[in-house]
Amino acid sequence: MTQPAARSANPLTLKERMKVPRQLMPEQDAALRSAAFTEVNLGYSPELARQEAMRCLECAKATCVQSCPVGVKVKEFVQLIVAGDFAGAAAKIREDNVLPAITGRVCPQEDHCEAGCKLGKTKNVKPLGIGYLERFVADYEQRMGIRHLPKVPPTGKKVAVVGSGPSGLTVAGDLAQRGHKVRVFEALHELGGVLVYGIPEFRLPKQIIREQLDCLRDMGVEFETDVVVGRTVTIDELMGEEGYDAVFIGTGAGSPQFMGIPGEHLNGVYSANEFLTRINLMKAYQFPRYDEPMVDMHGKDVAVIGGGNTALDAIRSALRLGARKAYVVYRRSEAEMPARIEEVHHAQQEGIEFHMLTNPVEFLSDGKGWLVAARCVGMELGEPDASGRRRPVPIAGSEFELPLSVAVIAVGTSANPIVQSTTPGLATDKRGYIQADGATQRTSRKGVFAGGDIVTGSATVILAMGAGRRAAKSIHEYLTSGAWEAVPT
Amino acid sequence: MFKILQTQPLAPGIKRFVIEAPRIARRQKPGQFVILRINETGERIPITIESSDPVAGTISIVVQAVGKTTHLLHSLGAGEFLADIVGPLGKPSEIAKFGTVVVVGGGVGTAMAYPTAAALKRAGNRVISIIGARNKELVLLEKEMGAVSDILLVTTDDGSYAERGFVTDKLRDLIQTGTHIDLVLAVGPVVMMRAVAELTGGAHIPTVVSLNPIMIDGTGMCGGCRVLVDGKSQFACVDGPEFEAHQVNFDVLIQRNAMYREAERRSMEEFMRERAGQEERAHNQAGEPRAVLQEGER
Repeated sequence: MTQPAARSANPLTLKERMKVPRQLMPEQDAALRSAAFTEVNLGYSPELARQEAMRCLECAKATCVQSCPVGVKVKEFVQLIVAGDFAGAAAKIREDNVLPAITGRVCPQEDHCEAGCKLGKTKNVKPLGIGYLERFVADYEQRMGIRHLPKVPPTGKKVAVVGSGPSGLTVAGDLAQRGHKVRVFEALHELGGVLVYGIPEFRLPKQIIREQLDCLRDMGVEFETDVVVGRTVTIDELMGEEGYDAVFIGTGAGSPQFMGIPGEHLNGVYSANEFLTRINLMKAYQFPRYDEPMVDMHGKDVAVIGGGNTALDAIRSALRLGARKAYVVYRRSEAEMPARIEEVHHAQQEGIEFHMLTNPVEFLSDGKGWLVAARCVGMELGEPDASGRRRPVPIAGSEFELPLSVAVIAVGTSANPIVQSTTPGLATDKRGYIQADGATQRTSRKGVFAGGDIVTGSATVILAMGAGRRAAKSIHEYLTSGAWEAVPT
Repeated sequence: MFKILQTQPLAPGIKRFVIEAPRIARRQKPGQFVILRINETGERIPITIESSDPVAGTISIVVQAVGKTTHLLHSLGAGEFLADIVGPLGKPSEIAKFGTVVVVGGGVGTAMAYPTAAALKRAGNRVISIIGARNKELVLLEKEMGAVSDILLVTTDDGSYAERGFVTDKLRDLIQTGTHIDLVLAVGPVVMMRAVAELTGGAHIPTVVSLNPIMIDGTGMCGGCRVLVDGKSQFACVDGPEFEAHQVNFDVLIQRNAMYREAERRSMEEFMRERAGQEERAHNQAGEPRAVLQEGER
């Protein structure tokens, strides 16, 4: 076992630390929250945070840091929490992660830092609540109104960032901290990309995003909404007449996929993107105070098709909008669901019903163009497919009708073509995603970098931020050296 | 924020707005549209761009007051602001030398067809325009369309001006009298575009329609504007808005456009009630000084 660092403020011995249970995240009552859009997780108190932080073994080889896509110095910030220096802990996180209040809420820590935590390797001991601690210090800093931002001399270089989602905001924050002038262009009227149109209020309150944006503004980042790069202005114009020295493209995965089954055009059938955009961005749940309408779900039966986080966000929103029955219909089994375990548990607590190993084959109409049911087929798992998961195969004779008023299709996205099709010489792969070097995020166009879902296809907030971080480092190197030659890897 | 520089009534319930939007003005091409949002609680609605002036940095749009958002827009004047306007969106119209092109504009669709008709004329086509409206007062851009057309035909539903009938009557006449037509472009109400498609489908004349489904983002992100074209889902915002008319499933478009009819009606009613309340309050406030004066007299 690793010995704690000599300067540790932690009074507990390593053995004692192993005995302290992981501090639970206080949650809003499931019955109350299933009717409200207020946040489910309530956050640690300072006492809970210090108790949790004291469980850290302060390993010499911090595998938690190595497991983080942006390399947050977990051990150091947790030590600062133990010492009671919460603001210092927040500043320490910001050295590597400019959006800690967001990642503290939506990052799948169980796949990254907490998967690397040594505590969790011991039988019956849970890993350190790193995500909860990150959220705590970020919220503490915001509540106290203290923010330690480093002062840096301007370099005179200008960078355009296309898209204000997680990758773009990370690039903007990291480059601003290196003294470059950054302007972020957003197609929608509100900043934040998937963080505002995709992730619901009960998981990531919009106020948190606004605060993180204010922090970036304080660092000198500029924002311009209502600009669809590729339509309103092209990449070539940005680098030509507008004088940007480099461009980062972080436009996200974008286009929703449909299933190609009969009845997908019926009224009441939505893509998850549209369903969530109406709720989160357009506030259709506050109709008619807000003008954008959506189908009234009170007393109706609603299903989401798919098993990812987006699917769960959609169906938990439907429940909050008054749905009588709320189903997840997924063609594989619970073990293959890509959604975060915590979100699956939250959904189950709230009364969402799971139809696993089930796939719709047709949406049925009432004869007037409105959805009344999905014809579904039972599935069983066969041999592993290209994704390594066992392929679902339909079971003959297992068809049944699931009565529904609303169906939300959350089966994935494909590349949005607007930027690629208007930027000559920008290489894309077979599926239309932008090709970018895995280490430097450089594209085939000099001075143009790309990262996040528009390169990888649908992934997570933190993986997009990891790409943003690599891109920022490589943009900085390009701006200081001027060298573009491919780095041997 | 985007400033309205000028408003101009064109017909009862139809206005032209000139809006400061330099980025859009610089890049707009015929057939493209914008999405606008009036204020913080507003919905996003797509509107075709009528024209743009890249030097002045302005665009103009022609809007008919139909629902709450368009009525609210009509209540705004020069010097007031729109919260958001984004564009130019969609693929531009295909402009080439086709030969003889018939441009069909129905109602406010005439204003949307106008920039494409002008560009087709500039590209060397023989342009025959057919514009229709319910009545004389609602006939739009007759002079402008005349200036870019070799032949201009006008119809009104009630016969109060030009010829009584529908635009499709005129188009049928052209086809039946053996006029050689290389392309038809139709912009207007969905039922009109469907009727045009049925006519030209029988005569095997290539036909393009500009579709107007419900949209939110206008960038291909939400899929709400999906239309069924040749049996496949297409997004009108990025794959359109113009499509080959004979492949469009108009029934699905009509059905999907009716999805929020009840909500739209409710929204409009509340807006009208609110506006009536405001007018009453304004009236009462205007009455106040008199009441004070009376008190002083006593």
